[in-house]
Parts: sequence; C-alpha cells; structure tokens
Amino acid sequence: MDDFFTISLLVATLRTATPLIFAALGGLLSERSGVVNIGLEGLMLVGAFMAATGAHYAGDPFVGLAIGVGAATLAAVIHAVWCITLRGDQVVAGTAINLLGLSIPAFLTQRLFDTAGRTPTIDRLPTIGRGLNVLVPVAFLLVPIVWYLLFRTKPGLRVMAAGEDPRATESVGINVARYRYACVLASGALAGLGGAVLSIGDLSFYTSNMTQGRGFIALAAVIFGNWSPLGTLAATLLFGGAQAIQIQAQTTGLPISTDVLIALPYVLTLIAITGLFRNSLPPAGLGRHPTTG
Amino acid sequence: MAQDRNGAAPDHHAHHDDRADDAPLAIAMRGVVKRFGTVVANDGIDLPVRKGEIHALLGENGAGKSTLMNILFGLYHPDEGEIAVDGRPAGFKGPRDAVTAGLGMVHQHFMLIPRFTVAENVILGSEGSGVALDRPAAERRVGELAERYGLRVDPRARLGDLPVGVQQRVEILRALYQGSRTLILDEPTALLTPQEVDELYAILRRLRAAGDTVIFITHKLREVAAISDRVTVIRRGRTVGTRITAETTAAELAELMVGREVVLRVERPPAHVGDPVLVAQGLTVAGGHGQPALADLSLTVNRGEILGVCGVEGNGQAELVETLAGLRRPDAGRVLLKGQDVTAADPHDRRRAGLSYIPEDRHNRGLVLDFSLAENVLLGNADDAPFSRAGRIDARFARSLTRRLMQTFDVRAPSPETPARSLSGGNQQKLIIARELHREPDALLAIQPTRGLDVGAIEFVHRQLVRERDQGRGVLLISFDLDEILDLSDRILVLYQGRIVGEFLSGKVSRTELGLRMGGRSEDGQGREREGARTSAGAAA
Amino acid sequence: MGRDASGKARGPVPVRQPDAVATGVTPVGVRLGAAARSGLVSLAAIGVAMLVGALVIAVSGDDPVLAYRALLSGAFGDRRGVAETLVASTPLILGGLAFAVASRAGLFNIGIEGQLFLGSLAAGLVAAYGLGGAPAAVHLPLAIGAGMAVGAVWGAIPGVLKARTGASEVITTIMLNYIAYRISAFAIGRDDLLPVNPDRVATDPALPGARLARILDGTRLHAGILLAIAAAVILWYLLFQTTTGYRIRAVGLSRGAAAYAGISWGRTITVAMVLSGALAGLAGTSEALGLQGRHYDQPPGYGFTAIAVGLVGRNHPLGVVLAGLLFGALNAGATEMQSTAGTSKELVQVLQGLVILAVAGVAAAERFRVGQWFAARFGGPRAGRAGSDRASAVGMEPDLEPRAGPPAL
Repeated sequence: MDDFFTISLLVATLRTATPLIFAALGGLLSERSGVVNIGLEGLMLVGAFMAATGAHYAGDPFVGLAIGVGAATLAAVIHAVWCITLRGDQVVAGTAINLLGLSIPAFLTQRLFDTAGRTPTIDRLPTIGRGLNVLVPVAFLLVPIVWYLLFRTKPGLRVMAAGEDPRATESVGINVARYRYACVLASGALAGLGGAVLSIGDLSFYTSNMTQGRGFIALAAVIFGNWSPLGTLAATLLFGGAQAIQIQAQTTGLPISTDVLIALPYVLTLIAITGLFRNSLPPAGLGRHPTTG
Repeated sequence: MAQDRNGAAPDHHAHHDDRADDAPLAIAMRGVVKRFGTVVANDGIDLPVRKGEIHALLGENGAGKSTLMNILFGLYHPDEGEIAVDGRPAGFKGPRDAVTAGLGMVHQHFMLIPRFTVAENVILGSEGSGVALDRPAAERRVGELAERYGLRVDPRARLGDLPVGVQQRVEILRALYQGSRTLILDEPTALLTPQEVDELYAILRRLRAAGDTVIFITHKLREVAAISDRVTVIRRGRTVGTRITAETTAAELAELMVGREVVLRVERPPAHVGDPVLVAQGLTVAGGHGQPALADLSLTVNRGEILGVCGVEGNGQAELVETLAGLRRPDAGRVLLKGQDVTAADPHDRRRAGLSYIPEDRHNRGLVLDFSLAENVLLGNADDAPFSRAGRIDARFARSLTRRLMQTFDVRAPSPETPARSLSGGNQQKLIIARELHREPDALLAIQPTRGLDVGAIEFVHRQLVRERDQGRGVLLISFDLDEILDLSDRILVLYQGRIVGEFLSGKVSRTELGLRMGGRSEDGQGREREGARTSAGAAA
Repeated sequence: MGRDASGKARGPVPVRQPDAVATGVTPVGVRLGAAARSGLVSLAAIGVAMLVGALVIAVSGDDPVLAYRALLSGAFGDRRGVAETLVASTPLILGGLAFAVASRAGLFNIGIEGQLFLGSLAAGLVAAYGLGGAPAAVHLPLAIGAGMAVGAVWGAIPGVLKARTGASEVITTIMLNYIAYRISAFAIGRDDLLPVNPDRVATDPALPGARLARILDGTRLHAGILLAIAAAVILWYLLFQTTTGYRIRAVGLSRGAAAYAGISWGRTITVAMVLSGALAGLAGTSEALGLQGRHYDQPPGYGFTAIAVGLVGRNHPLGVVLAGLLFGALNAGATEMQSTAGTSKELVQVLQGLVILAVAGVAAAERFRVGQWFAARFGGPRAGRAGSDRASAVGMEPDLEPRAGPPAL
C-alpha cells in the first residue's frame, strides 16, 4: 500500500465522514434532549435539495447553503411540533419526514426544472485543497463545539437533564419543551448542512435520494458512539472510512467485498445496541414526556 | 388524655413546650378543601407549622397527606381554604413560586438524575447567571453548603453510584441550595436503612438548630416520636388533631390516625375453617438497596377463612402479591397450592391449579382497558376449554358467559362488546371479580379490592369475598385500609418491612394495637392475642 | 389533558381525575365512540392530507380539482385503470398487514422494506431454479414458501433481540433494512453460484411454473391480489378468532395485564414479528413472482408506504385493505394526473408523507380535544392512551390515585 493510496484514502475518509458528522451531531443533540429523530435522512435530503436549488437561483453556493440549512430547520419544526407540542408518535413523525424529504424534492424538481429528481448543475462551495470543500473543517470543528455546549454550559446541562428525566427536570422549574425545541431545530440545521455538503460540496447538483441512507448511518453513528460527541465522531470516521475503502476498492479492484464494507456500519450498530459487547446507554428519558414519565 | 371521637381538634394543651408556643407560623394552612370529581381528598384541613420546628404530618395511606403537600407546593389548587407562608397569603401557581417563597421538597421518589454528578443535580435549574458552567466552582459551593449542614457527600460523585440515603441528602442539599427555609419531606424514611434514618434525623435536627422549618410526612408512629416537635394527624381528608409530640402517646396517635368509626359492616357469619389451601413458606425476596422486600415470610390461608394482611404500603405487599401470583420467583422459600409446590409455576399454571386473583391496579393489571368486556373475561382463560378449542376462541361462549356474569355480578354496561375503558371503576372491578370467581377457585388473592370505589361497590365487593369464604374457599385479603381488614378478616396478619410482625384473631385485637404494629411498634403488648391464633408456621407444618 | 396540549402545563404533575366517578354510559355512545372514532381519525387524516396536497398543487400553479379528477379517472376510469390500482395495492396491502400485526403487539416495524426485499430475493432465486422440471403445483408453493420464510427470519431477528435484550425494534429494523440491501446486492453479484443475471441487476427470470398467474386478460393484474385478500382474511381470523391473536392484542394493549394473565411478552412479540416478516416476505414474493417475474436488486420503497397503509388502516385487516386500495389508486392514477393535469406524479409520494403526518397529528389532537368532546357527547371516557392509564410516577401523587403497580415486567 503506497503513500498515494494512503493519503487518498485519508482524504476520501474525510470527505465521506463530513456529511455524516453534521447529521450525526444533529441526531445527537435531538436524542440527548429526549426526542427520537429517525427523520435525519429526510432532513438531509431537504437540505441537499434546497441548497442546490438556492445556489441555482441565487448563483452563489453560500446563499444556497443558507437556504438549504434554513429549509431543513423549517422541516425540523414540523418534527418538533409533532413530537413535543402535539406529543404525537416520534417514530411516526420521523417516518413522515423521511417520506416527505424524499418526495418533495422529486415533486419540485419536476415542477421547477422539468426533470425527474435532478437540479441543474451549480457552482460548488470552494475547496481547501485535495477536493475537500470548506465545510469539511467546519464539521470537525463542530465536534468540540457541541461537546463544549453539552458538557460545559448551562443550557447543555439542561438539555441532558431533559433527555435523562424530563419530569425531574421540570420539577426544578426548567421548561423541557423549550430545550427540546432548540435541539430538534438544531438537528434540522445540522442535518441540512450534512445534506448541503453532498449537493453543493461534493457534487454540483441535487439528484433524487442522493443521501442513500446516510441519515440512517448518522443515526447509527450516534448509537454506536454511545450518544457522546467524541464517540460519534469516531463512529462517523469508522463508517466513513469503510465507505472510502469501498469506493477505492471499486476503482482499484481490491479483492474486498464491497457489500460487506457498506453493511459494516449497520452490522456494528446492530451489535452495539443489543449490548452484547458493552452497555448501550441511550438517554434514559428518550421519547418520554414530562407528564407521562 | 382526652379521647377524640368526633374528629374535632381540641388543641388546647398546656403551654410548656420548650419551643416558644407563640413562635410565628412558617406555614399556615386553614380549611383546605380539594375535590377530585366527587371525591373529596382534602376536606377542611388545618396545618399550623411554626417556624423552626419539626412538624410531623401523620396519616394512613389515602388520608390526604400528599394531596395537601401538592397544594402547598402549588401543584394543585385548593377549592377552598387559605394558605399563608411566613404570614403572607400564598397562592402559588407552580413549584417555581413555592421555591421562590422558600419552600423545598424532598420527594419520596427522588427527582434526581442518576447519570449526573451530585453537584450537577444540586445546581440544575439554579445554575446561576452566564452561559458557561463553572463546574469546579459549583462543586466547591455545593461542597461548602454540604459541610455547613453536615451533609457528608462528595459533589463530584455520580449520583447513581451513591446509596439511597446519600441520594436523599442530595435532594435536601438541593432544596437548601435553592434557598429553602422550610423543607417538606415526603415519607423520607421509606427507602432508608435504620442507620440512614438515624443520619437523616441528625441532619434534620441540625436544620432545626439553624432555624429552618421541617414538615415530615409519615405514617410511622416511631418516627413521629423520634423526630417531631409537634404532630398533625389527618384521617380521611380531615385534620383530627395537632399535638405536641412530647405530650402525647403512641396509643393516642394510633387511635387518631386509624379512627374509631366503622363506616361499613358486612354480615359475617362465623367461619368454618378447613384445611390449608394456600401456603407460603419462608419467602425471601430481595428488595432494592440491599434490604429484603420479603424476609423469611410464612403464612397459611385455610379454606373457609379470610386472612387479612394489614400494613402500610411499601412494606412488601407488592412483592408478596407478585410472588404468590407467580410473577416473581422468590430467592428462597416455597409457595404451596392445595399441598402442591407451585413455586416454579407461571401465573397461568397457578390459575389452572385453582388460584384466582383480584389485583390492586384495575387499569394496568386487572383489565385490558381497550378490550371489550367479553375479551376481558377471556383474560387468563383464553387458552382453556371451553373458552377456546384447538387455538380457536369461542367468541360466542365468551359473550354469553359475559352476559351471564354481567347479570349475576351486576356489571352495568350496555353489552359484552362494550370496551372496558368506558365502565365506571366499580363496574370494572365487578367485572374482574366476576371473571375471577366464576372459575370457582380454591384460593382467592384480593389486593386492595375496593380502592377508589364508591360505597355501593365496596359493599358489593365485601359481600362477594365473604360469600366465597362461606363456600369454602381460602381468601387472602391484602389491604392498606384497616377498616376493610377489620370488617372482613377472620384472622389478621400485620406486615412490616417484609415480615409478619403480628398475628391476631379478628375481634380480639384493637385498632390501636394494629396501628402500633403497622407503625413498627411492638413493645406495647396491649390487646395481644397471639396464643389464640392458629399460627402460620403451625398450620403449614 | 387539554392543558398538556397547550404545551403550557406548569407543574410536572398532571392533574388527573380519579376514575371512581361513574360515567353515565349510553349504549349508542360507546359503540359509536369505539368504531367511529377509529374510522373518523383515518378519514380526517386523509382529508387533511388531500387538502394540503390540493394547496401544494395550487401553489405550484396547477388546478387541484383537475389533478384529483385525473388521479381518480386514472385509478378507476377503465378496466386497465382498475387493474393497475389492484396491482399497485397488492404489495401495499400485504406490507400494511405486516405493519399491522407488529403494531398489534406494540412494535413499530420499520423493517418491512428489508423483509420484503429479502423475501423477493429468496422467491426470485427459488423460482429461477429448474428443480428438475418440477410442476407448478410444487414449484410455486416452494417459491412462495421461501419468500415468506426468509421474510419471517428477517422479522424474527428484531423480535428476538427486543425480547432478549430490549433493543429498540425501531433501530434494529432500520439497520436490518440496509443489511438486507447488501445481502441482495451480494447475491445478485454471484452469478457463479446463483441463478442471477450476469448484468447484476436481477435474478434470472422465474420459470413459468413458479409464476403467479395473470388473472385479467390484457392487464398486468396477477394472482398476488388474491393472496393479499386471502392474507387479510387469514390475519383477521388469526387476530380476532384465535388464542394467538388474542395474546398478540393483549400484549400490545397492556403488557402488565397480559403478564398477570400468564401471557409471555417475549414469546408473543417474537411470534408477531415472525408473522409480520412473513407477510412482508409475501409482499416481496408477490411482486417478484407476479408483477416482475424476477427479483430486481432495487429496493422498491413501498415497505415504507406500508407503514402509512397500516397507520391509516388502524391496524385492522379490513382497514388495511381499504387503505391499501386507496394508496394503490393514488399510485395507479398518478401517471394520468401527470399527463392530464400536468401535476408531477411525485405528488402521490408527498401525499403519503402528509397522510402519515396527519395520522400522527390527528391522533394526537383526538387524544387531547376530540376525546374530551366525545366524552362530553357520548359519556364515554377520555380517549387515548397517553397519560390516562399510566400511573403517575411523580413523587407526590394524590392519595386517591392507584399507585403504580410492580415495576414493569
């Protein structure tokens, strides 16, 4: 294995891990506050599509980025209202978000661009060398920031309290719903960033279902990372690395089963959640409301 | 000491308390009334708590203590009555207001987060200004506060790793951290070991010495005597008296607590006691926190008798029921049904073997609320003929049986297809009883069978239990309601901390004696009738 | 409960009324309440979703009335349209039944997609083998059995994991979906071992003896719809007439009461997931052997639509059949809507997402408000499960409330 291969693998890992990191940090915040968010995939798609569409109309990828993030945040508002205010089923709401995230772009591309699920080609975000776009360092920078927010600030303490025991948290006068709203909205923004990386960072257009399950891999990374920012980062690097090797293997004809590599994150997560190797420690108040315990 | 028969509170005792009698009132609740629908939970309660005293609030389960404290803390709003805190009228809209006014609550089930550290738990909600969290500073502050009150606890320890007694200190610490000057402790000893109880007492005395006020909710007479300066007794939602602890006796308090009047009386001919039918031998079940929930407990239910088990909630009743019903394997001991060892049998096998069961919790144990009446009659029977054959349920049989049972047991509902959820509590309970009795069991377990029912339904349930007894079944009645136990039982056991601490023949024991035993006092031997009772051990042998 | 809905519940303790109060039950009220509420929620959800859909159409510059009319005529306008509606409904009904049986046991099976995909693969592979010229009477049942069996295994895994370790079936089924995609991709790539097309997109075509027959000349309608209807009838029978179904429903509605009645939770949810997986496997099988004549290595996505079908059908076999027909009609009519009204056929997918949202929202709203309205109107009790029958776990309960029973079993 020569240096060129190693470095290109490393670069590929960074690139594949970046959208996962964004989405996984979003999922982490949502779950830490006690709201199950299986809608990351849909939120990513919304972000990817609106970023490309915004970039197309504005002619500026950064404006597109803002639009993509804003749209995904708006979509997360739906999830928040359904899960927190209406106290509807969080899994059902997430499922709906996923379906809508897939179908609304498909509907709109037809309407706006008269294509079946693809936006026109747009200018990409600038790169920082080796084909890595500017959002790559942002993603890695966000990990310590989220860590700091959760573990070193007052709102972070309250978020984690809301996720651990919403009733006890309310008993000391904290408005659990407010912190949960903030986290779910943040998860939308972050998942939107993750989606935008794909459409206006790595590629220069949106194409139908371009996330290809990355939202679920991000969810898996949160679980495999045991709901900690650093663990989640490690998981995204592992999963991203597997994906990078798979891509390299395809192009260089390495004798590795790519199917096994692609399935790896899911298999590992499946094993992790059953607690066979170590205790899986989801927030104790996940999916619970203050009044129903 | 004057007897207090009519529930009035003649609180005119000699003024020789060493605390100033005219000390200002920290809390003054007067004529507090709280209704839930047609049920009156608090019916004109007076609670005068002086500044700087430890004031016990004594009453049985269901007497209205927790409702009263929820009102004080702003969680409920009283329908009538006045509340003043430090002389100022208080109408709290929520716990936040109560905390601001200097009240602090130590919950029976801690409102703490196991994965947080002690300091994190203490400061949660009162972290101070600024966004950043200065953990070392918070830990220092919490540590200093703990030291000031002699609450030994490591601020950096993870709460979940600490013993229950220490966790409780964290709750106290949090109340103090929030600036509370009046501390309300709800059954604070329920989960503590005797040593931890002593430490708690020491802490409370230090708080008193510092000028703080403590309201100590309990049903244990020993605790009233051990820690309180004064005590207010409530029964059935009413204040029956406030006493200076030093001037009263355990006997008087027991009488005040359990009352004298008999509300209901069921015709009960003499029992014809037969063979043992349900026997527990040496049951031991581990509880939380290293204390056994059941400790070497033995009892025998004979045919043709109602064996009443009285005791305050949380003394092992739940574990006893689950072990007898087959939901829990005892760590040691055996359960015999008609002489057969059924310790390893599951609930279904025990039913087949002749055990019926009226659970305490209609909604989560006795019924599937979203099932129809007929489907609920199938519960526990579905696998047996004639309810089903070869895996196919005979719905017609279930419906016709349900219709018959509805008539026999006076279950008022439109049809067997009606969802159980839409029935009143009384009719739901009648349905359970109908289902359980139609099997003609040999032994019947009835746990709090009349909880939450109206008078008519209570009478019905009681008559059914006596009728079962007269048909030669063995009935085990577990209840927190002493009246119920006294009205129905032929023999009475007192359960305290997982042990049988008294066995009496009905009619030969006073309420006071039972009250003392339930409160963990046994040195007062008045009214004891052990010799006359057939002991569990003897019958089981 | 209204105050919970407002999101402004101040204290951590819900003020609940003791249920001791007898409610004046009117016979008509209860019957109407139970049966009608269920249907009304679904109808309301569909109505809301269609309205929002109309708004979307209007905003995007088309005529909603025209679009919906074209949709309808595409789905039911002629023989071919009806046949296409039934074709599209077939996997949705089967998938919806799969979702329903798991839901009845209290499980949320998002893994239908993976289960049906592997079912399709297994059926496609078995159907492509010659088996020494086995007659249809042997080959077809064998292929169907293989599809159902593999689906059942893929459903059993999350069931067993939940029963044994408590692992959330929501997460495990999502993971198993993606693992299923890889298994299919792997299998399709092994043309050295398996009867698969060398271009790596599908299995070899199913042999004639292993195909589900076309049942309407000149259309694509195949016998799968008969399987779907039969499955619905059988599932209805199983759920409501047998002890197995009784146990499934009891466990789903009240784990505690079921435990006290001696019903094993772990065993029952595993059985339900096996059934669910088998039905999902049948959905994939019917597509492979009926519509496509082979297994394509392309996840179809209707495993997720099936969730909407189950939700709208209120997890009742009859409701699922109706909901499956509705969604099938939407899919079948989409093409005509696009060509006639110019509205993208993708709108149908949007509508499905909206229906799911609406079901969740309407159900929640019903819990808070309509439930009370019903109670006032018909004398029934408060509707819904949240809060009303869960023991409050707060430290200070009103004394009159029944305490929480033994810890969750």
